[in-house]
Amino acid sequence: MNKVYALIISVIVGLLLVYSASEFPKWSDPNQPASLHVSPRYIEKTVEETKVPNAVTSVLADYRGYDTMFETSVIFTAGVAVMMLLRRPKNGKRP
Amino acid sequence: MVRDLDDIIIRTSARIMVPFMQIYSLYVFAHGHISPGGGFQGGCIMAASFILLAVAYNLNKVKTRLTERRNALFCSLGVFIFAATGLVPVLFAGNFLDYGKWSKVLFTDPIMARYYGMAMIELGVEITVMAVMVSIFLDLATAGKHEKILEEKDVRNDTE
Repeated sequence: MNKVYALIISVIVGLLLVYSASEFPKWSDPNQPASLHVSPRYIEKTVEETKVPNAVTSVLADYRGYDTMFETSVIFTAGVAVMMLLRRPKNGKRP
Repeated sequence: MVRDLDDIIIRTSARIMVPFMQIYSLYVFAHGHISPGGGFQGGCIMAASFILLAVAYNLNKVKTRLTERRNALFCSLGVFIFAATGLVPVLFAGNFLDYGKWSKVLFTDPIMARYYGMAMIELGVEITVMAVMVSIFLDLATAGKHEKILEEKDVRNDTE
């Protein structure tokens, strides 16, 4: 019986999500909120402010430099976590 | 799962492909500022070349080239390069990750200093991604023992 309730709830939530998706802005609409906040500044001022020929690079390495740095830290943390969880050296001692 | 192959065709083609993969990885990394690419992608290709060696040959082929000690060093070295590149401008009264201030260290104009700074952080990303991918692959493929890559019968014995 629980599965029937779960099915009903899933269908209702799915329909709500589909309904709310119909309110999204049109694909590649220049007046959607995401295009009006910082994107025009990045596009217009990239060469002037960062002297980088590519806007993607200027966002990745310059405007969002912190983001890239902590992405690297996250990858490092993932590697250390896998090492701590799985590593079993031959003499049985943890490293 | 993967087992120790003794197939001359696979070994020879892997041996021929690995240098090209590593050169291509460096190309993706070095050309990343004007075309799709960069440290993450280049690091993954570089790690794939080591994983190909481990799959086509055996574990020792990788572990003699990229020892565990060196691999752990590379993991943290990349993050260190990134953070140090960000911190040096602070010493010259700039903001964190303000690459223009590198011109006082490198004796170039700020435009080239920005270019070198971005290349340095991408280098840090590439080193960390490469070392972490290889490390995760070795830990998962050998169940953390780093002795030999698991075969199908090892897995079956473990679960019984």
